[in-house]
Amino acid sequence: MRVFKGRPIVPGQARAEALVSKKGFNTLASFETGLIHGDVNATCGDQNNSDLYGKPMHEKALCIPLTIGSTTGGRVLFCAASANLQPACMLFAKPIDSVAAAGVILSDLWTDAKMPTVDCLGEEFLDYVQTGMMITVNSDGTVIVE
Amino acid sequence: MYLTKEQQGLLDGKKGEIMAKVMKTLVMYGDAFDAQNMEPITGQYGHYVTSAGMSAFGAVYEMLQQLIDSGSVSSQPFTADPRPIDPKVPLTEAQAAQLKEVYSSQEEYETQLRALGLLDEDAFTCTCYMDEVGNIPQKGEILSWAESSAVVYANSVLGARCNRNSGIIELFGSIAGFVPYFGLLTDEGRRATWVIEVKTSKLPEAQLLGSAIGIKVMEEVPFIKGLDKYLGNTLTDEVKDYLKDMGAATASNGAVGLYHVEGLTPEAIEPGNVLITREAKTYVIDDAELNRVRDSYPCIWKNPESKPEVCLIGCPHLSLNQLKVWTDRISEALKNAIQKEVTIPTIMSAAPAVIKAFEKTEYAARLKSMGVVTTGICPVMYMSNPLCKINPVVTNSNKLRTYSTARYHTDEEVLGIITKGV
Repeated sequence: MRVFKGRPIVPGQARAEALVSKKGFNTLASFETGLIHGDVNATCGDQNNSDLYGKPMHEKALCIPLTIGSTTGGRVLFCAASANLQPACMLFAKPIDSVAAAGVILSDLWTDAKMPTVDCLGEEFLDYVQTGMMITVNSDGTVIVE
Repeated sequence: MYLTKEQQGLLDGKKGEIMAKVMKTLVMYGDAFDAQNMEPITGQYGHYVTSAGMSAFGAVYEMLQQLIDSGSVSSQPFTADPRPIDPKVPLTEAQAAQLKEVYSSQEEYETQLRALGLLDEDAFTCTCYMDEVGNIPQKGEILSWAESSAVVYANSVLGARCNRNSGIIELFGSIAGFVPYFGLLTDEGRRATWVIEVKTSKLPEAQLLGSAIGIKVMEEVPFIKGLDKYLGNTLTDEVKDYLKDMGAATASNGAVGLYHVEGLTPEAIEPGNVLITREAKTYVIDDAELNRVRDSYPCIWKNPESKPEVCLIGCPHLSLNQLKVWTDRISEALKNAIQKEVTIPTIMSAAPAVIKAFEKTEYAARLKSMGVVTTGICPVMYMSNPLCKINPVVTNSNKLRTYSTARYHTDEEVLGIITKGV
């Protein structure tokens, strides 16, 4: 077990299984197909991301360096949250990027979905955490990986 | 964050509950980046990233209606990304029906865009900065734009200042008339943390070079050396086209919002402007590195050996100059292949205003006679149609490759495929 301390962007508590991408998370490429088809698992559709492609993202602790790609990303995340297809939490190794920040803030203020978000967890966090590990997120930005 | 009295009033609800929520969103957004204040928007127009009325995005339409009903509309006219549908684009009956289903909210959505401040009916393009469209910010102007390829172009080639705002946030900025001051709006945020050394044997394919840079630097600012050897030191139409396509790939394959090109882009040619940070890392790009990057692209066609059935060109939208160049190149290649028309449906996308200008030239009739369709649609949205994406589609766009099942080829390869079938 290891404990990491980050900065809460959207404070909250969550406990979920980790889904880890070592590469930048392309929000549009990952969520679009699932949203179009109403996929309740929010299966990742980004063929360029071998860590995530074909895996369900809904209710997972999404562990990523940051998000990349289209600036529709924040809006896509907001739509996923509105449809209750969001990850259980979003955990960023790097400082959060502007597109992701918009997405998690819009989801927090304009939907009923809960998606605690922590950034600045450091490269060590992403080196340590593996898909399938259990993650606990606390409101102060503490992330416990078991 | 410091707020003026007026801004604090908005946050406190003096202009209603919805405007207070818009303001709260902008404040939280700024706080995430330690923004110290809000900066007034000085650009004349906004640019809004999403223009597709996808039925899956119902939550957005509900939010926009709340904004409209409360009178919280944009304080500046805006252009918007391309439309998804154009009857000119060849589709089977089943594909057309599916397209209408995927974008069943299109009409309702466009009504909302008009109510919010859409510039005009021709304002649908990702290349709003083309002369024919007219949304061309000046150097130093503060913008509230989204659309990754437009933001990176405005910052890098025009020298305007804009963060990589998400869809909806860019509209909130336009509604409020100001944006949080951080990142690419600041001098410090515009300094390069990567030096890219281009050491290729010839001018690299723009969208391949952009892809390599984007994958490597992700959200950071690159300073590119070695390109001026090929591009020269003047922002001609051809050079701007190259930078448009390269930038789109940096922004889609990574998250680049600004790049500098030595001896060429506005901030890189300012005397005494120290643009590279002392800690900047270096990435050397040679022919082998470009090949390595290209070889890493997955092909997710059901049968990778399939013969291409459709070709999409124009992601981001083509310029008038590019439409003319493609016309000449296809014409020449068909002549050499002793063919009159392209061998597969070939669709070229450009801004409606650019197409109108193109149609006034003799090139338009020539391109049409070769079987090429010009349209204002977004190729990514075309490929979002489940019945289109199952087909083997080829493109010269690394951006389109990233978001779809389309296979990437260089311009030269695409030309061979559409004129010779290989």
